Amino acid sequence: MARRSSTISRRRFLRTTALGTTAAAGLLHAPAVLRAQAPTVKIGVLHPVSGALSYSGQQGRLGATMAIDEINTSGGIKALGGAKIDPMLGDAQSTPDGGNAEVEKMNAAPVCAVVGGYASAICLSATQTAARYDLPYVVDVGVVDSIVTRGLKNTFRFGPGFGVIAKTALENLVAINDQAGKPAKTVVIVHEDSAFGAGLAKLLNAQLPDKGFQVLDTIPHPTPTREFESIVLKIKAANPDLVIPANYYNEYVLLARTMLQQHVRPRAIYSVLGGAASSYKFVKEFPEAAQYIMDCNHWFNPKNPKALALKKQVEDKGQFYTYEVYMNYSVVLLLADAIERAASTDRAKIIDAIASSTFSGHVMPYGPTKFANGQNQGAAPVNTQVQGNDIQVILPETFASAKPVFPMPA
Amino acid sequence: MKAYFAIFGTVALLSLVPFVTTSNVVLNFLVMTLLIALAGQGWNLLGGYGGQYSFGHAAFFGTGAYATAILQVRCDLNAWLGLVVGIAAGMLVGAAIGGMTFRSGLKGSYFSLVTLAFAEVLRIVASVAPITGAGVGTLIKLDLRPEAFQFQSRAPFYWIALAFVGLSLIVVRTIEESRFGAYLVAIRENEDAAQALGVNTFALKLAAMTISAAMTAAAGCFYAQYFLFIDAPIAYGSWISIDALLAPIVGGVGTLFGPLIGALVIKTLGEATKLLTGGAPGLDLVIYGVVLIAVVGLAPRGVAGWLRRAPQSERSRG
Amino acid sequence: MLSPVILIPAVLNGLMTGAIYALVALGLTLIYGVLHIINFAHGALLSAAMFAAFFAHAQLGLDPYLAAVFLTPLFFLFGYGLQRFLIGPAAHGEDRNFLLVTLGLAIVIENALLYAFRADTRTINLPYAFSTIEVGSAFLAVPRVIAFVAVVAVTAVLWAIMQWTDTGKAIRAVAKEKLGAELSGIDVAHIYAVTFGLGTACVAVAACLLIPTYYVNPTAGDAFVLIAFTIVVLGGMGSITGALTGGLFVGLVESLSSVFLGQSLGQIGIFVMFIVVLLLRPNGLFGERA
Repeated sequence: MARRSSTISRRRFLRTTALGTTAAAGLLHAPAVLRAQAPTVKIGVLHPVSGALSYSGQQGRLGATMAIDEINTSGGIKALGGAKIDPMLGDAQSTPDGGNAEVEKMNAAPVCAVVGGYASAICLSATQTAARYDLPYVVDVGVVDSIVTRGLKNTFRFGPGFGVIAKTALENLVAINDQAGKPAKTVVIVHEDSAFGAGLAKLLNAQLPDKGFQVLDTIPHPTPTREFESIVLKIKAANPDLVIPANYYNEYVLLARTMLQQHVRPRAIYSVLGGAASSYKFVKEFPEAAQYIMDCNHWFNPKNPKALALKKQVEDKGQFYTYEVYMNYSVVLLLADAIERAASTDRAKIIDAIASSTFSGHVMPYGPTKFANGQNQGAAPVNTQVQGNDIQVILPETFASAKPVFPMPA
Repeated sequence: MKAYFAIFGTVALLSLVPFVTTSNVVLNFLVMTLLIALAGQGWNLLGGYGGQYSFGHAAFFGTGAYATAILQVRCDLNAWLGLVVGIAAGMLVGAAIGGMTFRSGLKGSYFSLVTLAFAEVLRIVASVAPITGAGVGTLIKLDLRPEAFQFQSRAPFYWIALAFVGLSLIVVRTIEESRFGAYLVAIRENEDAAQALGVNTFALKLAAMTISAAMTAAAGCFYAQYFLFIDAPIAYGSWISIDALLAPIVGGVGTLFGPLIGALVIKTLGEATKLLTGGAPGLDLVIYGVVLIAVVGLAPRGVAGWLRRAPQSERSRG
Repeated sequence: MLSPVILIPAVLNGLMTGAIYALVALGLTLIYGVLHIINFAHGALLSAAMFAAFFAHAQLGLDPYLAAVFLTPLFFLFGYGLQRFLIGPAAHGEDRNFLLVTLGLAIVIENALLYAFRADTRTINLPYAFSTIEVGSAFLAVPRVIAFVAVVAVTAVLWAIMQWTDTGKAIRAVAKEKLGAELSGIDVAHIYAVTFGLGTACVAVAACLLIPTYYVNPTAGDAFVLIAFTIVVLGGMGSITGALTGGLFVGLVESLSSVFLGQSLGQIGIFVMFIVVLLLRPNGLFGERA
């Protein structure tokens, strides 16, 4: 739509209406042209920092801002004359329309790219809005496969999607089980009933029988769930060798505690994207309930010194080193690298730069990035296990820091 | 007559916005505001005029949204037809819920809580039923063509939403001036007396509920078309039940422009508080809540009621 | 699934969970019965009380059951103040305004908690949190058994207050016939505030009973409110015994339908039951006029 009125008369009109307050506010983030230009590169950082997902959102924002600070203190984007990255922090308020509104503001600012989103629902909507403006968007965590199967050229995902996670989880489970002489045959799946839990349960149900496992029961539950006694009763009744949980932190903690309380001890707890299973917070607060729990989840590369340095930095700030932190950290570094290589803040060039990137300056166990249809091909989860009061990587062997303990000692 | 001029005037004025600003931030904000105003007008008919406060309008919103989304995705139904079917589906649900609850004689807070329960049941069913995609939700394919009810620019959405809001205003005004409206108000003021006078309160409440559901369902269909993704907490979540009643009550319950004014006020307030507090999580909403309480304290009859206190303000007839 | 090994623990669990629900509902029903308002801020108040209980343990080392002793009067005063000086004046006596004000209050409290304490869930680890009492095939968690006993005790105390103290009688008078009560010299604004205070105090006790086995974050209380509404309606708005029996009943239904239908679908069981009961008995199970 062509601009008809001049800037001044538009401002005068808008000032006199209630709309003016918001529109004027939008204009306050005026294009760089109207301000004295200090060389900066604006990027949008979108996370659900309030509402139901606020903890994860805040952690994600932490990782992203730490990466930005690091880049800025070491000289900014050198290809653009040392331009510093200027983050525009957006609160998606844990809803798609919230995320959508923020992306609109980011586009108007304008930013040259957006990172984050966290939740699949937010990512789906936000990436679509960004696509209208050919605004590059790099998803941090959101795992549903549809994020990268819509043919949107602007959308990239650094981390793995469902399909890969379920496949890896299964392969590793079989490997661990075989290695120990196949002690586990029967399975009970406990999952939360939204996108991620339900999707995962479906995939597992389809593929577990082929690998020689028998699924005795699949138990969905809502988020939040107030008590797990009934679920644990059902687990007890089924008496499986293996319990596979897939849920968020709070519910995972309640489940693990209730199982301990009710003396339900399967041969192993093997979670997939378990909310607390690979969480330092969980291990610190509930060491007995956490022992020997295995998880197939996002995890940093324990052999990467940068990852360990970041861990120390985060813990010095009094925060836990959770996956949202290091994934967002990596995503921002990836983006900065793309901007360097594009040597420009032009959106199309950045999209091309990301699509062709072979970035290995991140802290994840993925190898150099390689994007096909927006998905980073090397992205995969790893298997961890709580041993003692630490979390070790047990598979794949290239990144392993300990051997699996399976089945759990009696 | 004056009121119809007011309606046309407002719609005409608002339709100029896309010519005055190309900011998609503003247009996006206004589209959401209009959606809330539309959903709220539906609530207003039943609650403001009819006196039956529903806490579960999400039931209609979500039904409209899911109906159009599912039919597009699974049956390749045209999106415009989806809108029609979505509204019809919403009306059906409205008639069903209204039929059951009014037949039982549920009133007041019990009625409110039962509508809440219905919305919750629908939400839980939608979150596990395969047809809605269960937890994964339903994604409408991006297809930026007018025939598919999707547009490259935000402006057409804005105009269509505005048109529907205008339509809802005309519908409510017509009801306001009609006998139906008078009966509704009588039911609101004293249902027993109205019944004693021979008014068929059941049929009237049912009709109000059905029309109310139609409006809110339309808002749901729009939401689906605009964001192209819905799942159970979005479609049937309490957020829309709350917004649908917040807007009319803040704007002036039982008034024609109440929902529109109220929607503008609460959405603007939300944005303003976000701006004021920068990135601090939660602080913006604290201020929002405080202002909300203050607004209620200072304008107990809603903004429209407060405006009406001024001597030269418009008085609505009937 | 029907074996007593599963059924008996399910029944006992349901009763214990139901007790907590009952206590939350108790606060709500008192407020509704007297002020005739649905208190939207109830969940947020529960979250706030849970934070208070958490910090009492984390900072002062107080066992939650001991913390309840001073948190209860504290929250009573808080609730009293809220009603007397904020909600009452702001609402100007209109029902729908009460709705909006308590809604606004809920938003303020929840987000103030978010701003002050961030979103991380906190839990406390008590030495006896994992102890269980064995009853047949069931392992009953000690904190939950304590909670059950405490709830029955609190209900009895509240009932006694209502029956035998002057304030209690004044409350019942205002609930039954506000104008008449006013005319006989009862300070209605004060009684309203006392009632709201009592409701908030109930929530404080519930928080202390919950914290050994549950977690706290700014939205933790919300999970209990919807089900509390259900209980209030089933048990009859304003009925103390109704809240207790309704709570236990709902807890039972939830537990059994979770076992048979699964947790997700089981939630539907509660709401469907709620709808069916109301359709058949539009004035609640114990017939108070809305």
